[in-house]
Amino acid sequence: MLAQAVRRLLFAIPTLLAIVAAAFVLMHLAPGGPFTKERQMPPEIERRLLAEYKLDLPIHEQLGHYILGLVQGDLGPSMTYKDKDVVDIIAEGAPTSAILGLSAMALALLVGGGLGVMAALRQNKAQDYVVMALAIAGVCLPPLVVGPLMQLFFGVQWGILPSQGLHRDEFGLIYLILPVATLSLPLIAIVSRLMRASMIEALRSNAIRTARAKGLPEAQVIWRHALPIAMLPIVSYAGPALAGVMAGSFVIETVFQLPGIGKQFVLAAQQRDYTLVMGVVLIYSFLIIVLNLAADLVYRVLDPRSRTP
Amino acid sequence: MAFWTNRRSLLAKAGGLAAAASLGACANAKVVGFDKARRSLDIANQGEPLSLDPHKASGTWENNIIGNMLIGLTTENAKSEPVPGMAERWETSEDGLIWTFYLRRAQWSDGEACDAHDFEFAFKRILDPANLAEYAAILYPIKNAQAVNSGELAPSEVGVRAIDDLTLEIQLEHPAPYFPQILKHYTAYPAPKHLVERHGDDWVQPENIAVNGPYKLVKWWSNYIVHLERNPSFYDAPNVVLEHLYFYPSNDVNAAARKVMSGEAGWSTRFPSNQVEELRRALPGFVRVAPYLTCNYFSFNTTRPPFNDVRVRRALTMAYDNAWVAANIYRTGEQPAYSFVPPGIADYTPDARYPWADWPLERRRAEALRLLQDAGYGPSRPLSFEFSHRNTSDNPRVAVVVQNHWRAIAPWVTVELRGVETQVHYANLRAKNFDVGDGGWIADYNDAKTYLFLLETRTGPQNYSGYSNPEYDRMMHESDFEPDAARRAQIMSQAEQLMLNDAPICMSVFINSTNLVHPDLTGYEDNLEDIHRARWFGIRNA
Amino acid sequence: MSDILLDDVPPPAAVKGRSLWEDARRRLMRNPAAVTSLYVVAILVLAAAFGPMLWVHKVDTIFRDSVAIAPTFENLHLLGTDTEGRDMVARTLFGLRISLLVGLAATVVALTIGVVWGAIAGFIGGWVDDVMMRIVDVLYSIPFIFFVIVLMTVVQTDSPITNLLLIFMAIGAVEWLTMSRIVRGQTIALRKKEFVEAARAAGARPLEIVFRHIVPNVLGPVVVFATLNIPVIILAESFLSFIGLGVQEPLTSLGRLISDGARQMINAPWMLITPAVTMLITLLALNFLGDGLRDALDPKER
Repeated sequence: MLAQAVRRLLFAIPTLLAIVAAAFVLMHLAPGGPFTKERQMPPEIERRLLAEYKLDLPIHEQLGHYILGLVQGDLGPSMTYKDKDVVDIIAEGAPTSAILGLSAMALALLVGGGLGVMAALRQNKAQDYVVMALAIAGVCLPPLVVGPLMQLFFGVQWGILPSQGLHRDEFGLIYLILPVATLSLPLIAIVSRLMRASMIEALRSNAIRTARAKGLPEAQVIWRHALPIAMLPIVSYAGPALAGVMAGSFVIETVFQLPGIGKQFVLAAQQRDYTLVMGVVLIYSFLIIVLNLAADLVYRVLDPRSRTP
Repeated sequence: MAFWTNRRSLLAKAGGLAAAASLGACANAKVVGFDKARRSLDIANQGEPLSLDPHKASGTWENNIIGNMLIGLTTENAKSEPVPGMAERWETSEDGLIWTFYLRRAQWSDGEACDAHDFEFAFKRILDPANLAEYAAILYPIKNAQAVNSGELAPSEVGVRAIDDLTLEIQLEHPAPYFPQILKHYTAYPAPKHLVERHGDDWVQPENIAVNGPYKLVKWWSNYIVHLERNPSFYDAPNVVLEHLYFYPSNDVNAAARKVMSGEAGWSTRFPSNQVEELRRALPGFVRVAPYLTCNYFSFNTTRPPFNDVRVRRALTMAYDNAWVAANIYRTGEQPAYSFVPPGIADYTPDARYPWADWPLERRRAEALRLLQDAGYGPSRPLSFEFSHRNTSDNPRVAVVVQNHWRAIAPWVTVELRGVETQVHYANLRAKNFDVGDGGWIADYNDAKTYLFLLETRTGPQNYSGYSNPEYDRMMHESDFEPDAARRAQIMSQAEQLMLNDAPICMSVFINSTNLVHPDLTGYEDNLEDIHRARWFGIRNA
Repeated sequence: MSDILLDDVPPPAAVKGRSLWEDARRRLMRNPAAVTSLYVVAILVLAAAFGPMLWVHKVDTIFRDSVAIAPTFENLHLLGTDTEGRDMVARTLFGLRISLLVGLAATVVALTIGVVWGAIAGFIGGWVDDVMMRIVDVLYSIPFIFFVIVLMTVVQTDSPITNLLLIFMAIGAVEWLTMSRIVRGQTIALRKKEFVEAARAAGARPLEIVFRHIVPNVLGPVVVFATLNIPVIILAESFLSFIGLGVQEPLTSLGRLISDGARQMINAPWMLITPAVTMLITLLALNFLGDGLRDALDPKER
């Protein structure tokens, strides 16, 4: 198992390189550049700017320079934020995105998982329908509607929670409530549906039938035997999904004015800040690979079939 | 450089990442956006500063921050009029070409003297093309500035010279009565020579920076907050009331308004104009709407058919009912534009106007139809073209109305909309890869030239319409060398009228500035440039 | 298609030799939520197809004197007008049309690529499978939004219609990844089944086996996925509209209407409520239908 994990991690390197190359080329194909602005700069300045950021070189040479920097841990200077390097910007944005994503996912697993189990145990009863209707509604309401509404009611109308931001330059826990809630809503919906389905299936499996036949108490059957099996699809969902939410959500970070890399990424893409875009793509891809691997490992631990090789 | 010490290395930053994530213990109270006891103000600014270096900045939202940190030779009063800044007084030579500034004794916040040498250094720095300043063109009235900036002359040739520590002489290319206006622009701010020489472009980082203005930079958290603190060594420090300023990049204008509504910001530099009624009700005394030196207009691509025909351009300009757009799309009392130069601009006679400005819409449509038929268009030869617009803020909304108005001329006029990202839009405009394209222009300084130069042939790609009229160019050139202000205004006004008759651009609307300002914040005054420096702010009912 | 299905699918253990699909249809019809959803979806599709033509107002007509008015019977602005003075009923119907179209087209793109890719990988197995799935992994690691932004901008759009096609392609090109994984899994499971072995023994060529025997058999989960995927795509499009890359004026979509409406929720709440409720109904119906289909097609649910 360990050997396989190492092998997968090693494979991640060429994967990342392939992504870097693909993203780099694609990005440069997009029309407009970081220095196309409403106000034109003098041609001499533009020429020098392009040279400064090596944008006047053929694309493969640019890519070569970029990868060379990457190997040394250098993500380059940002092309739009003149005073900052890509690493600065990502380091300033990543903690918020990570905290938001982790909290939202934890909340979703707890609440969504609980709701899903409940619905499964009361299959086709009133509770089941209510949970499922809520779950579907949760998927259907886009955060760009839920976020502003929450802000308006909790922040403005009732004034019980801060509407946006952190506490100036500190993290205040109460500042995270609304964005985490908004971010986790669709996650809760998805997790509860997955949980319900897989729990129903688990309860019908032979292992559970055997356990029941042995006369084990129902609670023990559910929590000790059924739940680990039912968790499997959740685990394989949560890995990549966690990467997704940790890499930041543009809508949440924009509506709640939070410093996250999701917002930075979209703004950078719009401004054609090639280096910053590449930096975030890299982080995201890395997260995906690592969390997928983690999900697989957890899967193996939970999956009774894989315990005995 | 070894990669673990490299400023750009991931490893070097890993520690900072963990530190930034620590939770503040007392951070669980709601922020008070205008805290009278703490004397702090939270400000919802339009966007993230691309740079806090005055020589690299280019946006109004950067100006909002930088202008509180640095003071030029002249500076703004609360009404944004030029008043003496670092220069206590100045003299102009008879021919208007040599300006001598007498500076006050002042110091940078690190204790070093801030004197004429810092100014000389700064002008040379921004104009030296090696420093990659994107916005230096504003300083081109200075002697040799353009030649230096385009790499033809050495930076030492710039016509700026420190005669002694407190005397600065600036030579101009041509008389420019509006020069004090330019000098309060951030491109003319000084830079601390000793720090730039030590840290290079990093002088502007919070740990290095020194300022000569009322506030100094404490912290800059990317895409989230810029924190400024009162600078006790500022020459007018005793009169500065607020201790802390926090600027947030509020890309989402609705969220910005909600930040003020929830009391978490005391000032927002924008609000959604559609909600002006609701905001007036919810936030009595907060809504500030004022004329602003900004216009929206559409450029016709005059370099190719159909818009190389003046009749077509005039027809479309006439048929666009911008009064309706001003009243219905923008809802904060914006004025329809019938001239390029906005009303209220300094030292100008706003006489130029579209000849059809006062016609009723029916007559304009009828005349437009006649002009298009004259130009050979009709059912058998339909006029069809694209309207390119930016897909941000109110621009798509205006676009659908434009399309509607132009289609209303005749059924054989067809307009396709092409909404694209801002960057792509300007790339297209530059490459003249468009038919009609929208755009906006914010005055850099309070003078008609900041608008009219756009349509000069020598302006190059920035002259999006490709308008080229030798007569217009000649008049603009003549105005540059006209020392008499009234006569100069008259020449420019004639040039503007000539251009309006040719209609290379279709004027849309003069935009108003829209701010939400806490009514207890004193010293905030509406002004044409929408520049409000915190040093003038005070607290009512403290 | 149904002929092939009837011929190839081994008769399930059900009584009276009913086919799997017949069985599924009956089960579906016994599920009231799914049946209701089916009717709702049908109504929505009809409204989207014919509504914009039949409604008294056109989608791009500007009523100069009725800008942002609340719902009223006057001049039949039953759902009010937007901030440019256009009728909201017409806008919503048209938006529904585009949204369903985007959802459907992107799903078709995703299905086509995903099914073919997954089926081939799963059936051939070995190193081919390995390589094909690694490619999927790599693509998975590229952020969706990056993909879309680049696709939307690299290919210069000259008309709103090509723009729309690009959105289909962009979203479909991302969604096929999940599809291919599902199909691959199903294919591997089926590969060892008797009827495939039988076909192989009878001398059928591999491609023939894939497309005649395996693809039809994985259609069940695929249909379910598709129904559940359309809402995801409609939501993705709304996100694109929020950042300004979605459907461009004068076309519109539910997502665009919602993201415009969310900006006017204080001054013109009907601009948000109308498309949001329409979207909610659409997505709920599609979801319930998808769930119903899954239950109906999954024999274990019996």
